[in-house]
Amino acid sequence: MASVIIRARGLTRRFGDVVAVDGVNLDVLEGEFLTLLGPSGSGKTTVLRMIAGFERPDAGSVEIGGVDVTGVPPYGRDVNTVFQDYALFPHMSVLKNIEYGLKVKKVPRAERTERARAALASVRLEGYGDRAPSQLSGGQRQRVALARALVNRPRVLLLDEPLGALDLKLREQMQVELKEIQREVGITFVFVTHDQDEALTMSDRIVVFNEGRIAQLGTPLEVYEHPATAFVAGFVGTSNLLAGEAAAAVLGRPGTWSVRPEKIRVVGRDASVEPGCHAVRGTVREVVYVGMSTRFVVDLEVGGTLMAVEQNSDAANSGGHLRGEPVLLTWRTEHEYEVQN
Amino acid sequence: MTTVATTPRGGFGYRHPRLRLAGLLTAPMLWLVAVYLGSLGALLLTAFWTVDDFTGQVVRDLTLKNFQQVFTNPAYYGVILRTVGIAVLVTLLCLVLALPLATFMARVAAPRWRPLLVALVLTPLWASYLVKVYAWRAMLAPEEGVISWFLSPLGLDGPGFGFLGIVITLTYLWLPYMVLPIYAGLTRLPNSMLDASADLGARNGRTFRSVVLPILFPSIVAGSIFTFSLSLGDYITAQIVGGKVIMLGNVVQINYVVNLPFAAAVATIPVIIVLLYLAAVRRSGALENI
Repeated sequence: MASVIIRARGLTRRFGDVVAVDGVNLDVLEGEFLTLLGPSGSGKTTVLRMIAGFERPDAGSVEIGGVDVTGVPPYGRDVNTVFQDYALFPHMSVLKNIEYGLKVKKVPRAERTERARAALASVRLEGYGDRAPSQLSGGQRQRVALARALVNRPRVLLLDEPLGALDLKLREQMQVELKEIQREVGITFVFVTHDQDEALTMSDRIVVFNEGRIAQLGTPLEVYEHPATAFVAGFVGTSNLLAGEAAAAVLGRPGTWSVRPEKIRVVGRDASVEPGCHAVRGTVREVVYVGMSTRFVVDLEVGGTLMAVEQNSDAANSGGHLRGEPVLLTWRTEHEYEVQN
Repeated sequence: MTTVATTPRGGFGYRHPRLRLAGLLTAPMLWLVAVYLGSLGALLLTAFWTVDDFTGQVVRDLTLKNFQQVFTNPAYYGVILRTVGIAVLVTLLCLVLALPLATFMARVAAPRWRPLLVALVLTPLWASYLVKVYAWRAMLAPEEGVISWFLSPLGLDGPGFGFLGIVITLTYLWLPYMVLPIYAGLTRLPNSMLDASADLGARNGRTFRSVVLPILFPSIVAGSIFTFSLSLGDYITAQIVGGKVIMLGNVVQINYVVNLPFAAAVATIPVIIVLLYLAAVRRSGALENI
């Protein structure tokens, strides 16, 4: 079991009347890629800023490597940050930007140039050292920011929505690269994002934030397949809930239940229900063709709505179900999970 | 009822772009070229004329006599050095005062107070120049002046009229021109830039020297262009609080009745110094920040 490198206890931060972070306890394990996931205003960035030292908590404590750093300013903490807007210094060349942290720590010139060049190479930007940040594209600036942080060999790298400003293709490419770089350097990454796909793709573990509190902590598989609350079910993936009377009618049990759309099959009304499956009658309200798959929004006879997703593995005929068609939705009982409201 | 479809037609200016451009630029170009550059050209030309010693009439022969006199007579080049010295000192003092003030306005005070603080910095500019300089005369006056009165219990006297009085008064007059560009530069400086510097291990002093000052440099130069050139051309302040100390402007003022060509030659000197200064700072990007 990996040791704990960051231990946050009872972290609380208020902005005026708003409680941005409300008593958060969090252990970050050495070497892991941990993602803080949540909608804007959920407190994830504030938690990251309190770990970096940019915000002082109103209550609670932060330990890095077993040392309490709650009152230590950012320059005294062995962590480095990649900022959402990159925050590259516009008056310094790329290489000078990367050298800055080493220069401040009085690393000799020869060593610091060598380390900066190596860092530049590690983000695949050899030969860009003499350029000004303004001459780089968004993706390149992103990598310089990463190199500027990594060159200091911090114990933990904090990343504050670093891919938010990039377009989709570049973002997906950087997700893969970031993960590779993290494996290569072996540094603990704490990554903030509001993008569930990003979180699922990159993380060893995900912390889902909601209204300043941790809603769930687990591996991507746990968070996606077994969402703990209705909020997590809705935020990570599509909200697909059976609740109240509908749940009682279909499942024979009350409560709120989550079924992921890709677990649901859409079949004709006369199809037979396999053993170990639940089935519910409904009418197709909407058919959305999204290339790789087709989404069906189905109004249930017992009330409520479920979404089902089918892979378009055969042809582009969207499974043959049309808008307004009466259908039967079936899924295996092990794919339904009770969530808290 | 029938409706007739009409294609919307552009206005007169849309159909005649050249005329639109002419309408936009005629008045300012007339002003700039004819009045401003014209008078500057006349000044430059006059500087090469001379005055008949006996009749006092302007002789329109081109000669370098006036400039020779300015640069060979120690009394005159002393005035040049003193005037440049005053302008540099005023600029430095304005910078030293403006940096903390603008920092407070842009980064410490709550954002809702900022417009009020900017207005307060601008307020002195609404008062008459003469009123302000005479106010400083009352402040600086030896023995009965406000400063002397405050210092007298300590057995000290105020700066009185002279070099220091001019520097203090000009600093007061031009301070807003330094505060505003620095304030604007600081409001454009992203917080993340300061966070990043601290994150990379820099204490506040280091962040100020290595990140804030270099990024602010164009704003500082922009402010200094105002404080430096306004000080260089001033003569009323020297007249009112300067005592026996005179600046280049005073030399112009003393001579322009008796020897207009010589006054013109002296008047071109600050123009040349400012042009040299502008050429020097052009590369800093400051001219885009005014």
